[in-house]
Amino acid sequence: MLESVLVANRGEIARRVIASARRLGVRSVAVYSEADAELPYVREADSAVLIGPAQPASSYLNGAAVLAAARQTGARAIHPGYGFLAENPAFAASVIAAGLTWIGPAPSAMEQMGDKINARNLMEAAGVPVSAGTRQPVADVAAALAAADDIGYPVMIKASAGGGGIGMSAAADPAQLAAGFETARSRAERFFGSPAILLERFVPRARHVEVQILGLADGQVIALGERDCSVQRRHQKVAEETPSPGVGPQLRTRMLAAAVRAGETVGYLGAGTVEFLVDARTGDFTFLEMNTRLQVEHPVTEMVTGIDLVEQQLRIAAGRDISFDPEQVLAQGHAIELRVYAEDPNRFLPSPGTITGWTEPSGEGIRVDAGYEAGNLVTPFYDPLLAKLCVWGADRDEALARARDAVTAFRITGIKTNLPFHTDLLDSEEFSDGGYDTLVVTRLRP
Amino acid sequence: MAEVRAEMVANVWKVVTAEGEEVSDGATLVILESMKMEIPVLAEEPGTVTKLAVAEGDVVQEGDLIAIIE
Repeated sequence: MLESVLVANRGEIARRVIASARRLGVRSVAVYSEADAELPYVREADSAVLIGPAQPASSYLNGAAVLAAARQTGARAIHPGYGFLAENPAFAASVIAAGLTWIGPAPSAMEQMGDKINARNLMEAAGVPVSAGTRQPVADVAAALAAADDIGYPVMIKASAGGGGIGMSAAADPAQLAAGFETARSRAERFFGSPAILLERFVPRARHVEVQILGLADGQVIALGERDCSVQRRHQKVAEETPSPGVGPQLRTRMLAAAVRAGETVGYLGAGTVEFLVDARTGDFTFLEMNTRLQVEHPVTEMVTGIDLVEQQLRIAAGRDISFDPEQVLAQGHAIELRVYAEDPNRFLPSPGTITGWTEPSGEGIRVDAGYEAGNLVTPFYDPLLAKLCVWGADRDEALARARDAVTAFRITGIKTNLPFHTDLLDSEEFSDGGYDTLVVTRLRP
Repeated sequence: MAEVRAEMVANVWKVVTAEGEEVSDGATLVILESMKMEIPVLAEEPGTVTKLAVAEGDVVQEGDLIAIIE
């Protein structure tokens, strides 16, 4: 096994990786910014290194500072978590060049999948279904209008290098497209350093369903079931579940096979996620993008399979076998993840501040992956994720019932959180009967 | 006279207006950023921006003055 791992991340995901490292006897190193010195993950790691001020560009996005921390502590491997440097092929290459183990796929696979236009073209060539869309970057408004005439309205406007829903919008007509295109391009430049824009056919009633894959050390790629991520606000996920209530056995088989093919096409190593859009009316699915890292919502897969995905990442990076037989994986029961955000539960506006009280729910089937505790200051510098409340039940009804109780029992004071929204979501007919799509949050909070 | 104040702790990403500028009701004055979200701060009545209290890169606390419109 690896001797040590530096976690180039913060909050709940740093804590979660550190927990698996400890269980496996791998020495853990945390890095933190001046804003995060008091967070639990910093204390729980075997050692911790201050890498810079609060601004992400000076700390968690500063690859040189992360590598310096690895040298200083003798860490032999780097786990990037999600976000920050996790999908940065140049950083991955610099980790490898420094003689360290990169816990993730080869930089070439990250590069091929990091650009959405390139990824779409690659998947289309490999026989993975893609939606109607542009095969090269759309240069200006005139080109966008011409492309949309071919694709047909409504269209989705996206940053090719993007993520997190930033700059994304749907356009129903040429006027909306012209406005949305300019916004998307300025945000794409600002957030992702690339103005490349793509257009895709917009699916009015869609479910967002993704497949967990693992590329093994021997080159084999396996799929570990799907997750439904259709509950979103501002194109960012709020709740996820597995199995998806909108995916039947036949569709599941086809999607898992397509995800494996996607991974094989780029010679994928380690944990990754292939995202698809499922048209709720036709049952067709198309490739959206691949996330070449551990996903935020990976716990629901862990809860139904009993597999520790971080352990598999560490094993694969060390060139070892995974801990289970891929032929014998049996998904049992149903799992739901509710993302607890520091935001008001109605307009979803950020609510930074000091957490004065923090009481987590516990009990059968309950798992809380938290980045904070009472007394911590939630700053405006990072994303609003405080904790992931994950619930398992023998079936979906039991999972829903446990989730309702757990949300009520989760007490966070001092800042606003979206917990009251989760109560409304779980009580809504649309979510509880399973027939929801990506607009469910908009309907609950018009 | 209307004082425009910050609703939350945030970084000032963009200043869209300037002192002396005429603004209409609903015009964007500055764009704040908090937790990776852009939050436009709007004029709530038409008038002249007589004071602009923030610059790009500043950190504002909840309740801090952003601008005065008369």
